Parts: sequence; C-alpha cells; structure tokens
Amino acid sequence: MRIKLEKRPEPSRLMIFVTPLLSVLLTMIIGIIVFDAMGISGFKAVVDIFLTPLLQSYKWQDVAVKAAPLIIIALGLSIGNRAEVWNIGAEGQYIIGALCAAGVGIAAGTSGGILVIVAMILAGIAGGTAWASAPALLKTRFNVNEILSSLMLTYVALQVLGYLVGGPWKDPNGRNFPATAPLQPDQALPILFPGTTVHLGVLIALILPFVFWLIMARSVFGYQIRVVGSAPNAARHGGFDAKQTIWLSLLISGGMAGLAGALEFAGALKTINLGFPSGYGFTAIIVAFLGRLHPIGCLIAGIVLAVTYVGGQVAQTTVHIPNSTAGIFQAMMLFFILASDIFVRYRVRFVSSAKPSAAPVAGE
Amino acid sequence: MSIDFIIAAIITVVGLTTPILLAGLGELVVEKAGVLNLGVEGMMLMGAISGFGVTVMTFNPWLGVLGAAVGGSASSMIFAFLVLQLNSNQVATGLALTIFGTGLSSLIGLSFVGRIVAPFNTFFPASLARDPILKVFFGYSPLVYFALIMVPLVAWFLKSTRGGLILRAVGENDHSAHSLGYSVIGVRYAAIAFGGAMAGIGGAYFSMVITPMWAERMTAGRGWIALALVVFASWRTGRLLVGAYFFGILMALELYAKAAGFSFMPSQFWAAMPYLMTVIVLALISARKGAATNAPACLGKPFTA
Amino acid sequence: MTSSQVPRLELRGITKRFPGVLANDHVGFSVMPGEIHALLGENGAGKSTLVKMIYGIQQPDEGEILWNGNVVTVASPKAARKLGVGMVFQHFSLFEAMTVLENIALGMDTSVAARELEARILDVMKQYGLKLEPHRTVSTLSVGERQRIEIVRALLLDPDLLIMDEPTSVLTPQEVEQLFVVLRQLASEGRSILYISHKLHEIKVLCDTATILRGGKLVDTCNPREETSRSMAEKMIGGNLKDIQKTDGRAFGKDMMIVNKLNMASTEAFGTSLSDITFTVKAGEIFGIAGVAGNGQNELLLALSGEQLSEHSEAITIDGNNVGRMKAKQRRLTGMASVPEERNGHAAVPEFTLSDNTVLTARDRMGMVNLGMINSGAAKTYAGEVISAFAVKALGPGSTAGSLSGGNLQKYIMGREILQKPTVLVVSQPTWGVDAGAAAAIHQALVDLAASGSAIVVISQDLDELLALCDTLAVINEGRLSAPMKVADADIEKIGLLMGGIHGETTTRPEAVVQEAAHAH
Repeated sequence: MRIKLEKRPEPSRLMIFVTPLLSVLLTMIIGIIVFDAMGISGFKAVVDIFLTPLLQSYKWQDVAVKAAPLIIIALGLSIGNRAEVWNIGAEGQYIIGALCAAGVGIAAGTSGGILVIVAMILAGIAGGTAWASAPALLKTRFNVNEILSSLMLTYVALQVLGYLVGGPWKDPNGRNFPATAPLQPDQALPILFPGTTVHLGVLIALILPFVFWLIMARSVFGYQIRVVGSAPNAARHGGFDAKQTIWLSLLISGGMAGLAGALEFAGALKTINLGFPSGYGFTAIIVAFLGRLHPIGCLIAGIVLAVTYVGGQVAQTTVHIPNSTAGIFQAMMLFFILASDIFVRYRVRFVSSAKPSAAPVAGE
Repeated sequence: MSIDFIIAAIITVVGLTTPILLAGLGELVVEKAGVLNLGVEGMMLMGAISGFGVTVMTFNPWLGVLGAAVGGSASSMIFAFLVLQLNSNQVATGLALTIFGTGLSSLIGLSFVGRIVAPFNTFFPASLARDPILKVFFGYSPLVYFALIMVPLVAWFLKSTRGGLILRAVGENDHSAHSLGYSVIGVRYAAIAFGGAMAGIGGAYFSMVITPMWAERMTAGRGWIALALVVFASWRTGRLLVGAYFFGILMALELYAKAAGFSFMPSQFWAAMPYLMTVIVLALISARKGAATNAPACLGKPFTA
Repeated sequence: MTSSQVPRLELRGITKRFPGVLANDHVGFSVMPGEIHALLGENGAGKSTLVKMIYGIQQPDEGEILWNGNVVTVASPKAARKLGVGMVFQHFSLFEAMTVLENIALGMDTSVAARELEARILDVMKQYGLKLEPHRTVSTLSVGERQRIEIVRALLLDPDLLIMDEPTSVLTPQEVEQLFVVLRQLASEGRSILYISHKLHEIKVLCDTATILRGGKLVDTCNPREETSRSMAEKMIGGNLKDIQKTDGRAFGKDMMIVNKLNMASTEAFGTSLSDITFTVKAGEIFGIAGVAGNGQNELLLALSGEQLSEHSEAITIDGNNVGRMKAKQRRLTGMASVPEERNGHAAVPEFTLSDNTVLTARDRMGMVNLGMINSGAAKTYAGEVISAFAVKALGPGSTAGSLSGGNLQKYIMGREILQKPTVLVVSQPTWGVDAGAAAAIHQALVDLAASGSAIVVISQDLDELLALCDTLAVINEGRLSAPMKVADADIEKIGLLMGGIHGETTTRPEAVVQEAAHAH
C-alpha cells in the first residue's frame, strides 16, 4: 500500500470546515493517550482542558476575557498570512501597544472618563502600528526578512517593558515591585455585565471579525490581499503594489496587536508587570491558522484556544498536569491543522504498490 | 588591557559563538537543500533537554551529545514529514515546531529541574587546559572543537562531494533534480535530520557546558539568531563562521557591559543589543545589490512530483 | 532497415490515466535502430506523458514496453539510462547557479572524477561539433548553449535511443540546422531518435517515420516525406485547418503606442535588461516581436504593461499620454491592456473563480468598484459575457480559472482584455500551449480587434505565428530590438540571424531607415 495524492481541481469546501474540527479532536485523543502514559488520568485531563470551561458557566467570563486578545491579534495576522507576509512579532507589538496605553494612563494622572479611555486605545493601536512599521520599512527598503526582524523586535520590546516598569514607570507605592501603578476605576474599560470581568474589549473582539469579514470578502483591499497571497505576479499584473501590501499587512496586524495589548491592559489587568507578556502574540498565530485565516474562523478558533488556556488551569489543580502542557496541545493543534491542509487541496488515495503495469486503477 | 583579560574575553566569545555556529551550520545545509526550517529554536531546546537528560541518566556526556543530536533530529522529523510528505506551509510548520519544542522540552524538563551535571569540558590534560595562556587553545568543551571541525567539513561536503552536489541541485531546482532521477524528498529528509542534529547539539551546549543544568527556554532566542546568521552568511560556510563570531562578540559585549556596570545605559539596553544589532546587520546585508541571488532558488517552496 | 530487424523500442497498448483525463489510450508503435522517429501531436495530445513513461518518470497503467525485443519495466530515469535511453527535455533540467561541468556531473549515474569527466565532455564535444565551456555558470549561457549541455549530458551515457522533447522551440533557424546535423550524425551511428514536435516542416526534413497522436490516441503512423504539412496538420488536429481571415490593404491610423529608448534593468536574478527599445505601433497595426526565449521578452511585457516602471515617463506613450512612470492600474485607464505569457498565476489566479478573475484587470474600466467595495454582480455579468463571446468551455462564472484547460483559459483571458475595447493591446505568447482550435480563435480575435482600430503588439517565440499574424515585425535579442520590417517582404534568413544575435550593424542600419520610411507612408 502506498499513499497517492491527486490534486483537486478546486479546494474542498467541506474539508475547509471539517479539518479544524478534526485537528481539535485528534489533539484531544492524543492528549488522552499521552497523559495516560504519563500516569495521569488522560480522559479526566482532556475533559477538564477542553470541556469544563464550556460546561461550567462561571468559567465563561474567563474564556471570553482570554479569547478577546487572541481573536483581535489573529484577525490582523490572518491578513498578513494570507498575503504571505509573516509577522511573527505580534507579541512585541502587543507589549508596546499595552505600554503606550499605560503611558497615556500615567500621563492622565487622576483624571479619567471616556476621553482617557479612547486615548489609551488609540495610543495602543498607534504603538503596535509603529512597532510593526520597522519590519515593514526594513522589508520594503532593505529586503530584510520580516520573520526575523519582527521576532527580534519582540525581544527588544520585552527589554523596553522591563526597563519602563522597573524604572521610570514603577509604581512608587508598589513596595519596590516592578509594575505600573494600577489604573483608576474610571480609567479602566467599562464592564459589560456587572459582577463579571467581561469588559468592553470582549465586545470589540466580537464585532471586529464581522467588520474584517466584510472587508476581506467584499472590498478591493480584501481582494488585493487574497490575490497577493495566491499569486503575487497576478497581483502585480492587476496593478496591486507589492510593497503597499507588505506595509498594509504589517501595519494592520501591528495595529491589531497593539489594540489587543491596550484592551488587555485597560480592561483585564489594569497594571503592567514583568508577567504581562503571556505569549498571546504567538498563540494568535495558531488561532489564525486554526481559523483558516478567515475572520469568523479566527473568532471561533480564538474561543477554542481560550478554552484550552482556562481548561489548562483547571486541569492543573484537578489532575496536576504541568503548566507547559497547554503549549504542547496548542502546537499539536497547529501541526494537525497544517497537516490536514492536504485533504483540502488533494484527494488522498491508498493504492496497492504492486507492479505498476498490473496495478488496478481505483475509482475511475 | 591585560593578557588575562584578553584570554578571558576570547574564551567567552568562543563559548557564546559555538551554539549558534552549530545550529547555523545545520540550518545552512537544510536551506541549501531548499527547505526553510524556522523550528531551530524548538530543536535546540529539544537537544538541550535530551542531552542533559541522557547525561544525568548515564553520567556520560558523550552519550549526552548523541542524545542531543537524536533529540533535535527526531523533533525535526515531525517538521520534515509535514513539509515533505504533506506539503504543508514551511513557515507555519517551522513556527509550530518551535512552539512544540518549547512546550515538550519544558514538560520533559520538569523531572530534571534542579539537577546538575559536571560541565562537559575539555578533554586535554590540565597542564594544557588550565595553563593561563594555552587554555585559549585547549580549554574548551569538545563541542567547540566539533563545531570548528564541522565548518570545513560541511564546506567540503557541499563543494566537493557528489552528495553535496546533489543536495545543492535539489535546492536549486527540485523539478530538474527529480527528472534526473534524484529523490528530492529523500535528500531533504536527510538534510533536515542533519539540521535537527546540529541544532540539538547546539542546544545541548547550553545545558551541558554553559550552565550546566536545565532551565525552561534556556536557549533564549539563539535559534532565531542562527537563522539570521544563515542569511547574513548568504549561504556560504566560510562567512557563516565569520558571522557567528561577529554575533558572539556582540553577545559578549552585552555581558561585559553589564558586568562593568555601564550605568549610562540601563541593563535592558545591553540585553536588547544583540537582537537590535541582528536587525541592523540584516538590513546592511540584505540591502546589498543581488544579496538574494545566492539564496537557493527553491528555498521554502513545496515540491510535488 | 529490414523487416527481420528487432525494433530498438516497441510500445504495445500503453495506457495512462490521470484524474479526469485519459492521457494515453492503447498507444503502440516501434522505433528501429538508426531511425529518426517523430512523435507528433498538439499540446495535450499525450506526447509528453508517453515519453515520460519511456524514460521512467511515470509508469503506464496498462501495456508493455519492449527494449530490443524484451519486455522491460522502466522503474526510474536511472533505469532508463541504464537501458540506454537518453533524454533532452523541453524545459531544460538545468541548474542555473551551477557550472556546465556540475550540471553534466549531475546527469551521470556514477561518480566520475571532475578531471576525467571534463576530458570525456571535450571528447564528445569534438566528435559532434558541440561547443561549450565546462566552467561557465549556466545562468550566463544562451538557450542554444543550454540545450547543448543537455545533449552532451545525454550523449556521455552513449545512448541507443535519444528522446528529444520539442528541441527546436527555443532555437533560431540557424541553430535548428546545426542541431539537425548532429541528429543525423547520431542516427548514422545506429542510434535511434524519438523526436517530439509539432513543427511539421521540421519533421518533413528530418524524420523517417512519424507517429501522430490526438487526444491520447494514436491516429496514424506515416512517412512524413510522403505527406504534406497540411495533411499531417489535419491528422493532428482532427479537422480542417482554419486560415486567418485578414482583409488586405488595411490603412493604419495614427501612432497609438510609441516606445522611445526604453531602458530597464531586470529585477530577476538571471533576467535580461532592456536597452534602447524603440518602436511605434499605429492604430490598426499588428506589431510582432520575435526572438528566442529569454532575450528580454518577459521584461518587455512588464515594462509595457506597467508592472515595472520606466525611468522616464516619455519612454512609453499611449495615445498621446506619457505613461512610462504610470503604474499598471493607471495605464489601463488610458486604454491599454496586456496579456502576459504565463496564464496561471500571472494573467489569472488559478484558485479564483472566473468572475473574481475579471476583477483583476477589468475592475476599473468595467465599473466593478464602488467606494472601495467590489460589485460582484457586475463582475459576474462581465465574466458571463466573456465566456459566451469567446466560446469558453466552462461551467460558468463560478468555475475556478485553474479548472479550465490551457486553451480555454487563454481564450478567457484574451476575451477579458479584448472586450474592454483597449486602444492598445500587448500580448505575449498568445497561443503557447494552446490547441489548434483555440489558437485559431485567438488569432482571429486579434485580427478583428486590429481591424476595429486598436494597436496590437504580439510578442512570440513562434515565428510562424508572427509571420501569419503581423503587419510589422522586429526581433529582440539580448534586450535590444532590431529595426522593424514589413512582414510582406521579410527575409527569414535575416530574421534568423537577428534572433541569433548577429545584428550586422552597418548593413541593417541604412536598411532600417528605408523600412521606417516605407512604414511611414
């Protein structure tokens, strides 16, 4: 027996929908096997990671708050990835976005209200955009690989954060702990449902996918991104500028990451300390792919990944799985979704490897 | 500047250079075969934990190095299978490998946290290795000499052997190589496995020589610097060596600046320096006219027969 | 050849299926020692699949291959070479960044010391009069020289059967003559040659036998010397040949496109830079640009279409507007349209629907954009118009471009541009890899567009096509364009020399002035 691939004339629509589900399912199955091998109740662990956060309503707010930044960052990244522009420094842009928002908060002092909040959000977007403009400039002017430059700048962003929260922005009343002073209540994002942690950022994360969907599906800009990704020469033939596409992809994804950082700061954490960078910028890459680079897909995939974060914490206390397993699960999901791409583009057949001249031809 | 200081500085630079040199050499061969594996950081971490784990269990650092090579190589095979057999996107799959390697090494490493091994140091007699002057030649871990021997070896393989010729051919024009009857997939599997082994050994340098203990994410982004190094070297072995030492000196400057307490700049500035300089150097290198012409023509493109 | 001789190669009932296509349907023929055997057919007739099976790249689903009378399984190209089969590919399997020597070494199945290999190469080159420098990098060589590498590579293995896949499509007429001398010498040594082509006049002068394929089936095996080109062509396409309907004595209008000292450095690693390209195309005129592949044709198309900008805006003028610094989008608005050579991925996006593909180049002229949003209804309507006007075989505007056959997609792309009624149309290789029916339709559409007053530039490697289609012709070589000449009084010998890079500066210049003067009338 050997595997034979036949290219489909058109990508399978069914497979586009089925394969992400399959990837999550396979990850769960492998998880059960691996945990059992480690001497942990695999079934219980997988149920806790993937299902408990969905089944227990008091976990929903955690899922929503964790999903918001993942969705927002993934929306931006999926645009770049579609155009084959690889911004993998979203984590850095997220950090800078949050820092810019924090800077506005500090500058505002004790004054609060809607204006301060809007200014913080805008500063976050501007910060992320600015941080992403460096790889864009380097790529378009000097032909520097954006994967490397955007990632290197993430390490730089981490140091900027360390410097600011440990130095000039350190909370004077914080017992010498490196963190910014917490936001005033009227500087933080409004809470949507009293008594929960669900802040305005969650609503933004729910609305943005539909805006992006409209733009990607119907606008000339969305068309441009899709053409550049599928056939760069055709894009040039159609009069779409490659450099402009690189700029837009990086600036939009940087802006989105910056927005996510600002919302996370102003909505969820209200302070920035050395633990602020939580890897959302990297996880969002997985979200984008699991969501098949589609805005609505990103919305759903963002929720799935948020579930694994929340569920991972549940499982840490119930079955004592280590912290790092969440990362392995997320990477496995990405492996499976990438591997299953083959079902979208190819028809996979198993043929007997007998002598070719005598081989029966299946299914003609 | 005393001679002692210079010797200490040289030893520091060599130590910092070795892991990126090893990983960079491996990635250079992978890219010469037309494959872009962004999973170097993940493979280094897998190598770091495998090497450390085997050393702890066998008390034999040589087996540890072998373990590191196997660990790095084995993790690279996941990437190879996806990219070569299933035609998955190389950039995304490489990233997945890095995320996976980071997670899996942390998980495996849980049972090794707090353990310490004897550093895998020089095999020369103490009269040479401890000599205040001669130690600059004889005072290193065997991995340092291994890396330095691999440079001309890889160069010779690529330039002068039939295997190297075929590997370059596969990276230059996969369809032509296929139509001449060479196994594109087979050659690429071999190259990726080699790259994984070299990254693994490079990672083990952290856990077996530098610290020598295990810590999560201990390679601290050096895998990415190794990737930048290959671009810096424009896919030439000799330049890779030069580039690796250039980056090594940069990283050493960071250490010395911190140690000397250059207080006119915060310590974070010096910590960010190697990454910033990498970006700047990449800009200088990439901006040169025709810099990309030496890149293997099929780099990063999937191959279907 | 006597009947008692055993054929060198015999195929019996060879069948090969691909998803949705029967590439070869019980094909059988034989090739004798010393015979030059033509394999003739249109693009898509199954020639390439057939030789890939002989050379071991693919395996037949049914049927037998006999070598010197014995049934063999050719498992791989290596196995084929071991039997004594050599192959020269149409798209050379060469490695641009490597030297001639390295390229040849890669074609050997065993490791041969570089010095010994070089000596053997020099031997073969001397024996057959093939000139090559072993240490040159391939990227610096001409197409003819590259083909010589392939031939030397094949000959070093001392083959009994040499397969040549469309060897002359990239050569100048003079280079073709040289190649034929080599091939005849090889045949006289008792080697068999399987010569794949669709150029009938070449087959008539070179080959002893011709096997004609159509739609994967064997149509006929005949002696080409006893056939006419027309009779073979009709067997090949399975119908009557249509001639281009051209009205004679058309008057040209004003200068629609003026290219004046166009210079452009290539952005490709191994590309050709354009230097001082100068020509004028009038309304109603079809202007042909001949030349061997890789002499700047791609760069010229990019320069004219606006995909790459010129240094000076006056370098290109369309209908009185200086457009040299205008981008592709603006140039289209001035009335220009273009069709690049590569259909999939350049002229069209294979994964997109036909409807989405109209948006690529027709969005502004056909009113498909409103406030930055695409009117998909307008795109669909226009796609439908193109499909019906150009008889494109497709399920509808919702079919993906990649699902169309080469000929149908080319008709669609040409239709997409022509129905925009461009005042200037620039096309490259309009019928490359297209079946005869579609080629005829495309040629007719171009002639009709010119008759309606548009200026047309056709860049093609197919000299026959240009001679049939164009009013005026110029030759591009190493990025330079020759003086234009009237097709009516063109001299093939001279065109061939120009294609080969022999400009004869002193002799052609005064002539060019005469041509220009004649042109202006």
